[in-house]
Amino acid sequence: MDEAQSLVADAASRIFRDLGDPQTINGAADDNWRAPLWSALEDAGLTTAWVSDELGGAGAGIGAGFAVLRVAGEFAAPLPLAETLLGGWLLGMAGMVLPGGALSVAPTRRGDVLTLNVDGLLSGIARAVPFAAQVGHLAVLAESPDGPVAALVEVADCDCRDGRNIAGEVQNTVDFAGVRPVQWAALPDGIAAATLSMMGAAARAMQMAGALQTVLEIAVQYAEERVAFGRPIGKFQAVQHNLARLGEEAAAAIAIANSTAHTIEHMESWDGGNVFLDVASAKIRVGEAAGQGGAIGHQVFGAIGFTQEHILHRFVQRLWAWRDDFDNEAIWAAELGRRVAAGGGEGLWHSLTAA
Amino acid sequence: MSVAIQFDPIRLPPEAETLRAEVRSFLKEEMTAGTFDPQAGRKVNDEFSRKVGAKGWIGITWPKKYGGQERSFLERYVINEEFLFARAPTRKHFTADRQSGPVLLKYASEEIKQDILPRITRGEVSFCIGMSEPDSGSDLFAAKTKAERTDDGWLINGRKLWTSLAHESDYMIGLFRTSAPTQENRRHGLSQFLVDLKTPGISTRPVLHPSGNHEFNEVIFDNALLPHDHLLGEADMAWKQATSELAYERSGSERFLETGQVLFELVDFIGENPDLREAEGLGRLVAQLHTLRRMSISVAGMLHAGKEPVLEASVVKDLGTVWEQALPSVARELSAFVDRDPGNRMRFEEILAHNISIAPKLTIQGGTTEVLRGIVARGLGLR
Repeated sequence: MDEAQSLVADAASRIFRDLGDPQTINGAADDNWRAPLWSALEDAGLTTAWVSDELGGAGAGIGAGFAVLRVAGEFAAPLPLAETLLGGWLLGMAGMVLPGGALSVAPTRRGDVLTLNVDGLLSGIARAVPFAAQVGHLAVLAESPDGPVAALVEVADCDCRDGRNIAGEVQNTVDFAGVRPVQWAALPDGIAAATLSMMGAAARAMQMAGALQTVLEIAVQYAEERVAFGRPIGKFQAVQHNLARLGEEAAAAIAIANSTAHTIEHMESWDGGNVFLDVASAKIRVGEAAGQGGAIGHQVFGAIGFTQEHILHRFVQRLWAWRDDFDNEAIWAAELGRRVAAGGGEGLWHSLTAA
Repeated sequence: MSVAIQFDPIRLPPEAETLRAEVRSFLKEEMTAGTFDPQAGRKVNDEFSRKVGAKGWIGITWPKKYGGQERSFLERYVINEEFLFARAPTRKHFTADRQSGPVLLKYASEEIKQDILPRITRGEVSFCIGMSEPDSGSDLFAAKTKAERTDDGWLINGRKLWTSLAHESDYMIGLFRTSAPTQENRRHGLSQFLVDLKTPGISTRPVLHPSGNHEFNEVIFDNALLPHDHLLGEADMAWKQATSELAYERSGSERFLETGQVLFELVDFIGENPDLREAEGLGRLVAQLHTLRRMSISVAGMLHAGKEPVLEASVVKDLGTVWEQALPSVARELSAFVDRDPGNRMRFEEILAHNISIAPKLTIQGGTTEVLRGIVARGLGLR
């Protein structure tokens, strides 16, 4: 992280500490925390970090946007921040001006294809669109006879089916049949469905790395405080080794998520195999870390961690939900494995060392 | 933030990538010329080590006056990983290059440095590390082998055990007891020495792997006399000196590529059209390896910047050795349904068999899993 990115991350941390504290949100009887938190993020330009200032964004850059996502993960932010960043990025790629307000983005799964037909109407169904029913607009990547386009769609125009992820967050299956976009524009060469999928996976990997960091921190702190059998449980070697494993999983997640963000920030184009290797590895390895790390976190906290009143679930359930967004470990692994097989053993070494 | 584990996204610099191309073409040439056979196992190959030395690739980071090139640790990283991938026979110079040379550079007398370091860089001498003993393995500070100061030099008595490659080494960096531990610090009282293994009173005895392979040794010291100036650094203070050495020892590619051949062979054995199970399995292994390499390079970057990332290095070694230990077994299952001609299968299964049989040692040598997790727990503030 360079200095400017650190400043952005610090600004995000301050806002979340003041207005998005997980304990406060967890205990809140209503959603009144939501509007002030979102306004503060918007006012600070954090929701449009990936959109240039000419298009109405904050123009903070790719690295700064990822830094914000890491912080959002550290606080398990229950808001469409990543989705608004991604939506803005997609619209910006097509040179479209941001509509303002929270966005979500579609599609988020391989195999979901949306089409912009010659009559200017959309068709297709997108599964698992995060927060769709809670935002005003969707940024959509659709195939058209002239290539992929970005389209801005009003949620009210779509058939948005009820649904939630395992963390209880709104996540909808959206049917776009017959919907006329508010606006659409062609995407430049090299930006297509696979690109959105990679950008989304990299974003989720970074959020997960942040959430794992917090699970580690609160678990270590709890192990130092909680006394059983006459001493803090963190003094027992069995618990220490569990926490060491959690620390290592968090470290792996942070390392590969950071590396991927760095690659995307500095690469010349999305075409190279290097960015795919990084993104696929991040979604796979961070997903694995989320599985193992979340389980260890629960084991350390014991029964108190398996209650609604404790904040642990806010992190672990999101970790487990985010694993599935923009495709899960198995799906990325199968694609990565097919590419590796096609390149052969020596080819694999060359791509590992070229990245 | 209470928990300070750091893995910044470090990239190898352009000069390292230029060097990579040179290393690859050197390895290809030497393979073609018959200097080494990648399938021959990692035997000592004097000719190969001399040629690597002539390239300036041993002790590449050391000062020029001792035969080094004053190039960066990140360039050394590239040489190391390319040699590992090519299964090049680095056995003769590997330990001296990775850790014994740097210890001498830091703690040996000028005379010793001028005598030994240039010979290491020429690939002429080999080193082993004398740490473990019959009653002191992971618990290094229980070491009993004694070094007694006399008018004629240091008199060494006792024995070292599990000393890798002692039987083919010229020198050892040995850890000996020079005084008793104190009440306050049980780590006090050990010292590092340079040991010429030809010194009278030193003998080695093989301790074979289950496969019959000879790597480990017992080294017996019976009134072996070392010159006074072979004490490295300060007497009784070895526990302070070993810290940065450990970061070098624990974070390199050899901590996840020792069985790496299995993955690259598996890719070729499965072939261009994997079924879904094979593809997914390969993808996971590659993602895990790519992440480990990123972490390892991140630690290399910290070492290059003069830091002592002991915690991060322990993380790399634990994740890396557990991964490389599991790899042959994962590959065994992934390859179960591959339908290739029997010759291919026989060759692949021989590679598997070798790697499955050596796998148990990977999480023991150079710091056990349990010791490493203890270090990580300490880094998290729990000890």
